[in-house]
Amino acid sequence: MPTAPQALFTARALTKTYRMGEVEVQALRGVDLDVYPGEFIVLLGASGSGKSTLLNILGGLDTPTSGEVHFHDHNLTAADERALTRYRREHVGFVFQFYNLIPSLTARENVALVTDIADRPMAPEEALAWVGLTDRMDHFPSQLSGGEQQRIAIARAVAKRPQVLLCDEPTGALDYETGKLVLEVLARINAEFGTTAIVITHNAAIAGMAHRVWRLANGRIAGVEKNERRLSPAELSW
Amino acid sequence: MKSLDRKLVRDLWSLKAQVLSIALVIACGIGGFIASFSTHESLLQSRDTYYDTARFPHVFADVKRAPRTLLGQIAAIPGVSEVALRVVRDVQLDVEGVAQPMVARMIGFNPEKPQAMNRATLRSGRWPSPGARGEVVVNQRFAEVRGLRIGSTIHVLLNGRREALSIVGTALTPEYIYPTRGGLLPDDEWFAVLWMDENRLAAAYNMEGAFTSALLRIEHASGPQAVIAALDRVLEPYGTRGAYGRAEQVSNKIVSQEIEQQRITGTVLPSVFLLVAAFILNVVLHRQVNAQRLEIAALKALGYDDAAIAGHYLKFTAVIAALGVGIGILLGIWLGRQMTALYADFFHFPEFHYVLSAWVVGAGSAVAMAAAFGGTLAAIRGVIRLRAAEALRPAAPALFRPLLLERLGGARLLRLLTPGQRMILRNLERQWLRATLAVAGIAGAIAIVIAGTFWRDAVGYFIDVQFHAAQPGDVQLGFVEPVSGSAQYEVARLPGVQEAELARTIGARIRAGHRSYQTVVTGLADGARLQRIVGRGAGGELHEATPIPGALLLTARLARRLGVAPGDTVWVELMDGQRIGSVNARALTVGAVIDELAGMNVWMRMSELNALAGEGPLASSAALRVDAAAEPELLQRLKEMPGVATVIIKRTLLDTFRKTTARNLLFFTAILTAFAATIAAGVVYNNARIQLAERAWELASLRVLGFTRGEVSVLLLGELAIEIAAAVPIGCLFGFGLASLMVSLMHGENFEIPAVILPATYLYAAATAIAAGIISGLLVRHRIDHLDLVAVLKTRE
Ligand SMILES: Nc1ncnc2c1ncn2[C@@H]1O[C@H](COP(=O)(O)OP(=O)(O)O)[C@@H](O)[C@H]1O
Ligand SMILES: [Mg+2]
Repeated sequence: MPTAPQALFTARALTKTYRMGEVEVQALRGVDLDVYPGEFIVLLGASGSGKSTLLNILGGLDTPTSGEVHFHDHNLTAADERALTRYRREHVGFVFQFYNLIPSLTARENVALVTDIADRPMAPEEALAWVGLTDRMDHFPSQLSGGEQQRIAIARAVAKRPQVLLCDEPTGALDYETGKLVLEVLARINAEFGTTAIVITHNAAIAGMAHRVWRLANGRIAGVEKNERRLSPAELSW
Repeated sequence: MKSLDRKLVRDLWSLKAQVLSIALVIACGIGGFIASFSTHESLLQSRDTYYDTARFPHVFADVKRAPRTLLGQIAAIPGVSEVALRVVRDVQLDVEGVAQPMVARMIGFNPEKPQAMNRATLRSGRWPSPGARGEVVVNQRFAEVRGLRIGSTIHVLLNGRREALSIVGTALTPEYIYPTRGGLLPDDEWFAVLWMDENRLAAAYNMEGAFTSALLRIEHASGPQAVIAALDRVLEPYGTRGAYGRAEQVSNKIVSQEIEQQRITGTVLPSVFLLVAAFILNVVLHRQVNAQRLEIAALKALGYDDAAIAGHYLKFTAVIAALGVGIGILLGIWLGRQMTALYADFFHFPEFHYVLSAWVVGAGSAVAMAAAFGGTLAAIRGVIRLRAAEALRPAAPALFRPLLLERLGGARLLRLLTPGQRMILRNLERQWLRATLAVAGIAGAIAIVIAGTFWRDAVGYFIDVQFHAAQPGDVQLGFVEPVSGSAQYEVARLPGVQEAELARTIGARIRAGHRSYQTVVTGLADGARLQRIVGRGAGGELHEATPIPGALLLTARLARRLGVAPGDTVWVELMDGQRIGSVNARALTVGAVIDELAGMNVWMRMSELNALAGEGPLASSAALRVDAAAEPELLQRLKEMPGVATVIIKRTLLDTFRKTTARNLLFFTAILTAFAATIAAGVVYNNARIQLAERAWELASLRVLGFTRGEVSVLLLGELAIEIAAAVPIGCLFGFGLASLMVSLMHGENFEIPAVILPATYLYAAATAIAAGIISGLLVRHRIDHLDLVAVLKTRE
C-alpha cells in the first residue's frame, strides 16, 4: 500500500530484536501504522509488550532491526545518529514516566535547556504558564511534587513547539488527581497547538480521551480502535 | 549563560571539595614541574650568561712548572683562539679564631693587565695595587663564612714562610661558582681563593718566567678533544696533570650536575602527580557520568547532540584542570623562587635572577591539561556510547556475585565475617578496578614521599661507607712535596696522634688500547688500617680489599670506562716522580676490580708505586687517628708546619655538610610531604565521596533498619582502610623503584649514591598517607553522620 501523503508517521513491518548474549528478545514483531497530524493516540499494552520500544523508534531514540519508519518524508530507518539528533531537536517532544529533569537546574532552567537549542521556541516562562507552574519557576526539581515535575517535563517538551509529543507512561508514577491534571495539559496542547500526541499507558481508562487507541501485545499491534466521541480528561475515571 | 553551563556550575559547586582536591593534585604536579624547570632555567641562564660575560675558558691545564716561552707554541695549537698563563698555588691558610688550618688557592693576578678571559668580578674593595706587599682579594663566599672584611688580616704559608696578608677586596669568579677543591663533600668553608699580585706570588715560589696553570679559549667550531690532546703533548715534559675541558672543571661540573638534577626531578616527580590526577579524574568522571545516566539520556532525547554533551563533561574536566593549573602556576613560581634562593646561597653568581619563561608555564599547563583530559577520555566515550533508549530503562540492580573467595570454596572462612564485613569485601571485589586505582594512587603518594626524602638515607649511607668504613681516621694531611718514609715517626709524634699512616698518590694517565683516563694512583702502606678499600658486593654488602702485589686494583667504574677486566694489561703513565710522561709508561696487569661507591681509583702497594716512579720510600699524604682532647694542640702545631699543604678534619667537614643539607632537606621534605599528603587525600577523599554518593541509598536503608552511624561509617570507611593498608607495601615498593630510577638517572660520572632507604623513611611515608586517609575519612564520616535519610530514600538512583 502506498504511503498516504498526509500521514505524519508511517511504519511498515517494523521489528526490533534485542540481543543479550545468547538470549534474543523480540520486542517488536512486525508493526505497521500510520499517524496523522493532530491525532491524539493512546498506546495500550501489558508491560513488556513493546510500547516503549515502538515509541523510542518513532522518536528517533532507537532504530528498528528491520522495517521502515518515515516521519513526513524523513526516512528514520536510514538516518544516522546526527540526523536523528537533528530530528529530535526539531520535531519531537519527549515526556517520560520519571520526568528525567536535571536536578541541578530549576524549573525555568530545565525548560531553557530546550529553548537554548530549538529554532523558534516559546519563552520558558510561556511554556511554564501553559502547564500552570508560573509560581514555581525558580524551584529545583527536588522541591516539587511528582505532578509538578511532570508538568515541567511537559513544558520542556512543548517549549520547542514540536510537531509530535511522545509520552511514555506520563502518569505512571502519579496519583489519580495529579495524573488527570497532567493528561489535561496534554489534551490541551493537542487541541490548541494541533500537536500530534502519542501517549503510552497501561491504564485502559485513559483510552477514552484518544482519537485512536492502539493495543500492543507481544510486539504486534493487536487492535486499533477509533473513539467516535472523545472524553475530556475530567470525564475519565479509573 | 546557557542552561547546560548553568548545570555545569551547579555540578561543580556541589562537588566543590572534590573539585578542589583534584585541582590541588594537579597543582602539585604542575607546581613541581614549573618550580624545577624554572630553577633549571634560572641556573642555566645564570651560568651561561656568567660564562659568556666573564669569558670562561674552554680548556684548562695544570703543570708543576713550565716556562712562559711556551705561550707561542700553545697559541699555535689549531683551534685555540686565546691563551692565558698564570701561577696558581695551594697554600696553608690560617684565619684568626679558626682552629684548623685551611687551604687557600693563590692565583697570580696582574693588576695592570688583567686577563681577557676568566675575569673575576670585584664585589667590594679594590684589586691589589701593583707590587704592593701582602695585599689580596678573597672570594666572596669565604669572606662571608669567615666574617672577613676589607682590612682583615689572614696568614698563609708562602713557600714555607708565614706571611700576613691584608684583604683589600672580595671577588667572584666563574671558576669557583661553587668554591671547592673537588672532594666529595662541600668544603667552601675551608677553602679560600686569593688573588695576589702575580709578580709577588711568582717571586715567592721562584716562578718568575714560569706558569703552573694554562687557560685556553677555543674557536667555536672545534671541540676541545683535539686541543686537549695537543696541549698535553706540549706540556708533557713539565709534569702536567693533564689538560681537561669544562666538563671536568670541578665547579662547572657541580653546577651542571645540579642543573641536570633539577631537570630530572622536574620530570619524574610531576609525572607521578599528573598520573594520579588523571586516575582520580577518571574515577570521578565515570562516577559523574554514571550518576547522570538519566540526565544524559534526557538531554539526548531533547535533541542535544553527542558533541554538546561530551563537551559539557569535558568542560567539567577543563574547569578542574584550569583551576589546578592556575594554583599550580602560583605554587610553582613561589617554590621556584624558594629553590632559586637556596641555590643563590650555594652558588655564587654575580647576578642570579629567577627566570620563568613562557614555555615552562605553557608546557606545564599543556601536560597537565593533557593528563586531565587523558584521564577523562574513557568516561566521555561512555557518554557518547550511552544509548538514550537504554539509559531510559530503569537500571537493573547492581550485579553482585558471591566473592571469588566464596566461589573458590572459602565460604566457610567467610562465615566467620560479619555481614558488614562481607559487604565491604563484595563491594571491593565488584569495584575492583576503582579499588585498584585508589590503591595505585595512594601508593603513588607514598612513593613520592619516599623518592623525595630518601636522599638523606642514601647520602648518610654513602658517608658511612666513604668516610667511616673507608677512612676511619680523623685527620688527613697532604704534604707540599713528597716526604721520606721517616716522616711517619715525625707525624706519629705530633700531639694527640694515636696512629699515623702514610700513603703515596701520583697523578697518572691509564691507557688501555685507544681508551685512556686521567686519575690518581694511590699506594697504600701494607696493612693500612686508616685508609681502606671498601667495595660493594652484588647484594650491596660491603667488603674490603687490599692492594694486590705486582698488580693493580681498579675501581670497577674505571675498569668499565677503560674496557678492561682482571688479567688485562693497562699502560700507566705517571705525572710525578722520576719517570714521567708517555716515554716512561709501564704496562701493568689489572689484578682485580672493586665496586667502590666513589672515585676512579687505581690502588697499588705503596712500595711498588714508589718503585714505579723510580723513587725511594716517599709519601705524599698521611692519615691520622687523633685523640679528640688533643686536637686543638695538634691543629696549632700543623699551622706551623710548612711542609703540610692541606689538613682535612673529617668531623668538621661532615658537620657542615649535615648542617647545610639538613636545612635543604628539611625544606624539600616539608614540600614533598605536603604534596604527597595532597595526593593521598585527593585519592582517599574522592573515593570516599563517590562511595558515599553511590551507596547513600543503601547506607540510609541500613540506618532505617537501626544501624548506628558508627556501624554505617565502618561499612564505607572500612573499604578505604583496606585500600590504604594494601597501598602501604605497594607504595614502599613503588618508592624504592622511583628512588632507584632517580638515582640511576642522576648518578655522577665518578660516584654513585645507592638507593638506600631506611625503615624510618618508609614509616614516615606510610604515616603521611595514613594521616591523609584519616583526615579524609573524618570529613566523609561527617557527611555520613548528616545523611538526610528521608531525602536519600526518596531519590531514585
Ligand atoms: N535494551 C534492551 N535490551 C534487552 N531487552 C530489552 C531492551 N529494551 C527492551 N527490552 C525487552 O523488549 C521487550 C519490550 O520492552 P519495552 O518496549 O520496554 O516494553 P513496554 O514498554 O511495553 O513495557 C521486553 O521484553 C524488554 O525486556
Ligand atoms: Mg515501557
